[in-house]
Amino acid sequence: MDNMTLIAIASIVTAGLTIALGSIGPALGEGRAVAAALSSLAQQPDAATTITRTLFVGLAMIESIAIYCFVVSMILIFANPFWNHAVAHVAGK
Amino acid sequence: MRISPDEMIFWQHGFLKLNGTIVFTWGLMFVLAFGSKIVTAKLSTDLKRSHWQNLLEIVVTGIEKQIADVGLSQPRKYIGFLGTVFLFVALASLCTVIPGYEPPTGSLSTTAALALCVLAAVPIFGIEAEGLRGYLKSYVEPTIVMLPFNIISELSRTLALAVRLFGNMMSGTMILAILLTVTPFIFPVAMSALGLLTGMVQAYIFSILAAVYIAAATRGRKPGRAPSQDIEA
Repeated sequence: MDNMTLIAIASIVTAGLTIALGSIGPALGEGRAVAAALSSLAQQPDAATTITRTLFVGLAMIESIAIYCFVVSMILIFANPFWNHAVAHVAGK
Repeated sequence: MRISPDEMIFWQHGFLKLNGTIVFTWGLMFVLAFGSKIVTAKLSTDLKRSHWQNLLEIVVTGIEKQIADVGLSQPRKYIGFLGTVFLFVALASLCTVIPGYEPPTGSLSTTAALALCVLAAVPIFGIEAEGLRGYLKSYVEPTIVMLPFNIISELSRTLALAVRLFGNMMSGTMILAILLTVTPFIFPVAMSALGLLTGMVQAYIFSILAAVYIAAATRGRKPGRAPSQDIEA
């Protein structure tokens, strides 16, 4: 197998694995955060605005982790420097 | 198949490029600035006022209340910066209903610029509220050992702000583009509505996080803090 095939295989497999494994943690974390927010809303409904705002801020921070994994996988598929280098190498030959 | 506003070139001369990011940002700036100018040209303080003035008042008082809730004692001082950031990101996301428009926040340049503005605004407001010594002292706040960690956390949350907004906006447009090649009408429309919702949430998150960082820099020492002799002993 030549270089380009190897790079392609590694990029595709890694991109899939990155986003698959990277979404598990944030999804579990967000579920727990929303569950805690719901139970505290049930206990103190008059603090609803504070709880809701804190919940959204917390969810955004947890979501960032999944976004980082998504960005890495997009880079591997669409803006892969190793692939571009290999293509330029083959085109220059 | 990366539909980034950076790749839509409208005009090129040498290395000066007028790409989609710049043109759409100018469009948003135009709408925000001239729209507000036109609406506030004739303000009325009695009960009969125009719909647009009502809308602007709702928006401004809503943002002011949110800033006050975060813990900033004088919202009027910060509403210029925080309100503008929120309105820019929210309008950038809202205008995706216009065909042919790509949100400029889908380009890492725009979100990095906004995050750098927050990075600059936090010391400026902090020094204005606490003085230079007081603000620099907050970096060695628990102990001097924490100095590198405080600096790193400052830089990493700027990076997180930029990448979070960029990732959300880019993923919205990319999912839409991919779905349009796969399925017909209904599913892309649903994803577009979801993209609008996440755009609004991300605008709110960006400005609330900026407000929280500014509040942390301007809050100063918490009341009831133990005097340093006790800790030193």
